[in-house]
Amino acid sequence: MNAPIHKEHAELATEFVHNRERAKWHDSSLWFVRQKRDRQTHSIPEWEQLRELAATIKRHTLAKLPQYLEEFERNATRMGAVVHWARDAEEHNRIVLQILQEHGAKKIVKSKSMLTEECHLNPYLERNGIQVVDTDLGEWIVQLRNEPPSHIVMPAIHIKKQEISELFHDKLGTEDGNNDPTYLAGEARTHLRQKFVNADAGITGVNFAIAETGGFVVCTNEGNADLGVSIPDLHIACMGIEKLIPRARDLSVFTRLLGRSATGQPITAYTSHFHGPRPGCKLHIVLVDNGRSKIRASEDFHRSLNCIRCGACMNTCPVYRRSGGHSYSTTVPGPIGSILAPNRDAKSHGDLPFACTLCGSCTDVCPVKIDIHHQLLTWRKELAIQKVVPWTKRVSMSMAAAVLKRPWLYALGGKVARVGLRWMPRWMIYNGLNKWGKQRDLPPPPAKSFREQFRSRSKS
Amino acid sequence: MRFSHRFPRLNTTSVHSMRVGLFIPCYIDQFYPDVGLATVDILEKQGITVDFPAEQTCCGQPMSNTGCTDAARPLAKRFVEIFADYDYVVSPSGSCTAMVRHHYHDLLPHDAAYEKVQKNSFELCEFLHDVLGLRQWDGDFPYRVGIHQSCHGLRELRLEGSSEEMLTRPGKVRGFLQSLRGIQLSELSRPDECCGFGGTFAVAQEAVSVMMGEDRLADHKQAGTDVLTATDMSCLMHLEGLVRRQKMPVAIMHVAEILAGRKPTRPHSPAPLKSN
Repeated sequence: MNAPIHKEHAELATEFVHNRERAKWHDSSLWFVRQKRDRQTHSIPEWEQLRELAATIKRHTLAKLPQYLEEFERNATRMGAVVHWARDAEEHNRIVLQILQEHGAKKIVKSKSMLTEECHLNPYLERNGIQVVDTDLGEWIVQLRNEPPSHIVMPAIHIKKQEISELFHDKLGTEDGNNDPTYLAGEARTHLRQKFVNADAGITGVNFAIAETGGFVVCTNEGNADLGVSIPDLHIACMGIEKLIPRARDLSVFTRLLGRSATGQPITAYTSHFHGPRPGCKLHIVLVDNGRSKIRASEDFHRSLNCIRCGACMNTCPVYRRSGGHSYSTTVPGPIGSILAPNRDAKSHGDLPFACTLCGSCTDVCPVKIDIHHQLLTWRKELAIQKVVPWTKRVSMSMAAAVLKRPWLYALGGKVARVGLRWMPRWMIYNGLNKWGKQRDLPPPPAKSFREQFRSRSKS
Repeated sequence: MRFSHRFPRLNTTSVHSMRVGLFIPCYIDQFYPDVGLATVDILEKQGITVDFPAEQTCCGQPMSNTGCTDAARPLAKRFVEIFADYDYVVSPSGSCTAMVRHHYHDLLPHDAAYEKVQKNSFELCEFLHDVLGLRQWDGDFPYRVGIHQSCHGLRELRLEGSSEEMLTRPGKVRGFLQSLRGIQLSELSRPDECCGFGGTFAVAQEAVSVMMGEDRLADHKQAGTDVLTATDMSCLMHLEGLVRRQKMPVAIMHVAEILAGRKPTRPHSPAPLKSN
């Protein structure tokens, strides 16, 4: 699929920051979640050991992924599920559509699944005459607004309650100007309840699939996944192949990390285990690669597959908090998304590894110890090799290096710059060409550099 | 900590015979010479004879961080050649030290000279703490000081524990500042958020960079910071740029300047705190 032409992150971020009051609100909302996470993690003395253990389990699983996938398939099939393999998004969508058509299913309720977002399943099904309703409240809100989620755990974190009130008034006929969250959530519940009752099939994502048992686990806070697969006779679970863990007893390591890292809860409100279909019902599991094997084979980026999609790196990222999820123009935004997206399309998403100050907060917050900021740096190097880094950057850096290789030229250049800055009128220094100086002053240039002063100091 | 195990506390004789090469990052050399001079003063106070090899220019971090490995490699090679013969390389920059310690291996794989330089390179406070074994610093500084945790010093060199981690680490910068007579440290609501400098990020993402800087300064303002300090002049250059433009009443000083006994003057001279 050709990536849509979109504006670069820097441009969209500038637009977001332009509304300073809103950018501040967005920053504070996410920082609040980060603080909740800190309080929860501080209550676990063995937090760092848990992270290490989780990273080790993931590394092991990814190393033996083919064996574990086959083990999972065997065990899931034994319990009566039908397992499908999809090479890419297109095949995934085709498989889901085919299952739905075979069952004559027309109305679908879907719980949150970043994988189906990644595969753009909703528009595909809608084009084929199937009605899909996202039942996670946040995701339903963005669906009603006809926009993608801006965060993987809190899809509507960028929307204020007044705007939700207006949206519901417009689409559902709720009271005009009633911004009360309890009222709005109640109205949403009433509307969604009808969708659940009338659904022909439920689609869910998968948080963890267990090779040893063939079961899988879906974590939600709203119970929408449970309701969505309990009423209709057909349950389709879509999962990326990296969601696997070897044994049931490995699960607790991840459930302890996930809720705390994601929203600062000890555990998600619902941690539902699925072992085969309900009596008389059907369960289909679609295993999706969609570029994951390519990432797994990469020496540099394979660790990014450890990701359990908790979103902690977004909540902590000082750039994400101030630029909003939509500025990344990709399904998974923020730090982890900036590693994943260029794997898919380096040209279209090559700006993302640069939407970062390399502060490293994401790496320290990550519950599965992905060295996120180092991988972003590695991406920059890869993009320069592929010549996706703009030539202006490459040429200016080569020129700077040429000067810095020659100490006399460097010293001379420094002197010229300092003298120039001292004598040039302000308008010559601060103009449209100087982006640094748009809102910041340059340091007042000293008459003598350190090296000049050190030399005369040593002589005296 | 692994480095204090590797480098036991040294006696005076070994301090005198120690060959220390001073690494002054290019922007400090050109724009903040006093930070370099303060570093020399600090090391000399410990009885160390400091050498400044004049062939040095830049460690190559700007090139490496923009992905331009080919432009960075010759600078890394030069750096290692210039500093290979020293017992220690000391620098008043966490970021540039982190570049040498953690990011040269891609540029100079299997290079024995690099491995020696890698092991021997230290940020100034880290050198005082890990190599000289110091825990306190003798001096007066009767001001309310806010520490800006420069990210690379914090999360690459681990000069202190980060707010994300659940580990206790020694505060290698904070410890020295705390021991100064008359000093008060301000309490920030976000103790280690990035200032938004980020090298070329400061220009490429100007709007976000400036907002991040302003948010840090607002946090310091509510905490009552009179003197804002850090281990990195690059973060401080960005914050000072905003302070100057908006004429904020706060002074900016590198940690080395405070430890060397300089007074806060740039760009603002706060009144000293009254002693009780």
